[in-house]
Amino acid sequence: MRKSIEWMVGGQQGEGIDSTGELFARTLVKHGYSVSTYKQFMSRIKGGHSNFKLKATKDRNYYAGDDVEILLCLDKESLSKNEDKLVENAVVIMEGKETGVERPEGKNYQILSVPLKKIATDLGNPLYKNMIAIGISSALLDLPQDILGEIIGDIFSRKGEDVVKANIEAVQKGYEITQEFLPEQIAKLEATENDDLLFISGNEATGFGSLMAGCRYLSAYPITPASEVMEWLAQELPAVGGTVMQVEDEIAGIAFAIGANYSGTRAMTSTSGPGLSLKTEALGMAGMAEVPIVIVNSQRGGPSTGLPTKHEQSDLQHMIYSTHGEIPRIVLYPSTIEDAFYLAAESFNLAEIYQCPVILALDLGLSMNKMTIPSFDSKRVGIDRGKLLTEDQVGEYDEAFFKRYRVTDDGISPRPKPGMKQGIHLTSSNEHGEDGYINEETDVRNKMMRKRLEKIKDAMIQEPYKLQSNGDIDPKNADVLLVGMGSTYGAIEEAMTKLNAEGKETFAHLHLQQLYPLPINELKDLFGNRKIITIENNYTGQLRLLLQQYLPIHDQIESIVQYDGDPFMVRSIVEQMKEVV
Amino acid sequence: MATMKDLRGDVSTWCPGCGHFSVMAGIQKAIVELGYEPHEFAIISGIGCSGKVSEYIRSNGFHTIHGRSVPVAQGVKMGNPDLKVIASGGDGDGYGIGLGHFVHASRRNIDMSYIVMDNNIYGLTKGQTSPRSSHGFETKSAAQSNKEYPVDPITTSIVNGATFVAQGYAGNIKELSNILKRAIEHRGFSHVNIYSPCVTFNKVNTYDFYKENLTTIEAPFETRDEAIASIREHEGLVTGILYEESRDDFQTKLGTDFDMQSLESGPMDEALLKRVQKKFES
Repeated sequence: MRKSIEWMVGGQQGEGIDSTGELFARTLVKHGYSVSTYKQFMSRIKGGHSNFKLKATKDRNYYAGDDVEILLCLDKESLSKNEDKLVENAVVIMEGKETGVERPEGKNYQILSVPLKKIATDLGNPLYKNMIAIGISSALLDLPQDILGEIIGDIFSRKGEDVVKANIEAVQKGYEITQEFLPEQIAKLEATENDDLLFISGNEATGFGSLMAGCRYLSAYPITPASEVMEWLAQELPAVGGTVMQVEDEIAGIAFAIGANYSGTRAMTSTSGPGLSLKTEALGMAGMAEVPIVIVNSQRGGPSTGLPTKHEQSDLQHMIYSTHGEIPRIVLYPSTIEDAFYLAAESFNLAEIYQCPVILALDLGLSMNKMTIPSFDSKRVGIDRGKLLTEDQVGEYDEAFFKRYRVTDDGISPRPKPGMKQGIHLTSSNEHGEDGYINEETDVRNKMMRKRLEKIKDAMIQEPYKLQSNGDIDPKNADVLLVGMGSTYGAIEEAMTKLNAEGKETFAHLHLQQLYPLPINELKDLFGNRKIITIENNYTGQLRLLLQQYLPIHDQIESIVQYDGDPFMVRSIVEQMKEVV
Repeated sequence: MATMKDLRGDVSTWCPGCGHFSVMAGIQKAIVELGYEPHEFAIISGIGCSGKVSEYIRSNGFHTIHGRSVPVAQGVKMGNPDLKVIASGGDGDGYGIGLGHFVHASRRNIDMSYIVMDNNIYGLTKGQTSPRSSHGFETKSAAQSNKEYPVDPITTSIVNGATFVAQGYAGNIKELSNILKRAIEHRGFSHVNIYSPCVTFNKVNTYDFYKENLTTIEAPFETRDEAIASIREHEGLVTGILYEESRDDFQTKLGTDFDMQSLESGPMDEALLKRVQKKFES
């Protein structure tokens, strides 16, 4: 009986690698498994090697895994590029002249050659070869055939009964081949009873959380890996009286959304690093004019056009410091796909409570990959519109010209919507007095700067950081604290477990979800005098630099970094940890 | 009914004699004569001398950044279709850094008005060449005269699909406020370019220059081609409504019942969560 499986399909881009991977992942989710996926692809539409990796486990997992136990090769490169990940006795399924099994000399894996294309063509379409391969994969795990049948029915019913039937036949063919040629390798994957599971990507969860927060407008410009946020909301918003607009450029993307927020609508824009660069002037305007705005920044490999389809976490300083001058802002970074939903919703609350930009950071790994997560809980985050006034509340002020930038104890001014009879007001990107009129007097300037920059000092999400100590080790007693952000969550968790199992030092894991303002006091307590290692996907160790800026930890902190465009492997974290500690 | 006094905002810092006073008065007069109240409008401006108009008219204003008044204004209208939305800026603001947005707004046809104060020069930065400065124009930033030809704003909006295109002159406030009334009432994107002399830095495009050279167009042309031919024939020195067409605006075409305003603090919509979550269930 198996309790987990690591599987990969590779091939030429445009050959249905993604849909093949997704189909197998859904099959495993339906079998009750927790599945994490990772896609590798290139910045082109057709051609070039791409692959889809997944790990399925009985208990919850957050990481697509280091190894490969079953590899479907739909092109020749799939094997050479991934050979190093194959475990002992791995099964490699490949196109061959005739069906047969061989173990290449000096190798630890075996190859099942199948004339996939020929069998598929005989069944009616060469693309069915992916289904034959999925049939082989499922047979190796002795998965019940009806699960696949159901999913195929769901997906292909629109294309007609014949297509559904042919796909199912292709899967069955895969079963037959496996039973004939690899009967020894079949190991049953134990079924689990989880049925309350969602299978969702980070971009979808972000869009979903935004929808639930009452966001009704998104304006953006297409960019990898953020486009799906826009595409997903474009499908969902019209049904609730909202809309998505793909506008002419990144600058328009943020400017439209700022305009919509100014009018009283919850609105957002989504982008990736290069787009955020273009948006930064308007980011400053939102800060100065105190207009709420949520900006989703899904990071990819930089700088410039960099590695547009690869993973990196190198916009940290960009998100925290960008724009000229000094503005209030909040930067959040979900650890997991589940948290992407809740933090997206919370972003809209914080933007309106503090009347400032909120940047929700994602990275390609978090955005584009799917994971199995529990159903969402609508009670965990509510809707809080802050000091947005109703028509009646505006009337109570009894002003012919409403003081938009009224100085209050908490620095947050009550905000009318334009269109309210007694709420006529001026919003301004220039330095201004309480009435919004341009005012450059020094005492006004000082007062307004203090108002804007101090209002977010205590801004805090409900769960300022995630702390995982896996087992008995209290992080305050751990020798070493591993600190990460975003999609490295799962790899760091697994690395920590492995390191603790070796038993020399004790390790705990801290995953920061609020990067700015930093929860300094809480961090100070946790850091103490222990060794701190940041594990991050950038060259300069931006998370380490951030922590060093705010906390007196210069002598106790180091970084493990990786900036080649791929996510961390658990193996490499563990090896590097041994060098650092 | 609002009066001109009700629409008076902050004290102006424009130079005495600046054409922008007339443009502002024209907007105020149009609002009064059409019978609107100040709170029904949102006036979105960019920066430069023209950018101050959102402060000088007492209405809802948003003084934004260089060249971005048009995208912000479109977002305001998308967020609240009940507002009357005016974007206003200068020729440097709108036809330099904001030109791309202007072209796209023309083809998109969101229901709003774009009013540009065109003084053929950068005023607030003290007299540099603008995208509207004529060929051969001499400024501090083009000391040996401007080698480039000016952007042609009204043919640009016409060729890019704007459904209302007009040109006014600050020296003729009666014609100007009539144009602005029609522009504000037009359903769709209306573009009004207004010759508004800069009395401090532009010694060429003066009130006298316009008085001598402008030709009045009495009625809009039937086709875009005719309007463009006439504008070219007069080297752009025309006033009046040049082209008007009735076409569904962007929001009508979307056909969505917008409800972006009614959200209140409280719990998440449980029924919506359950409905959408189904799409991700195993």
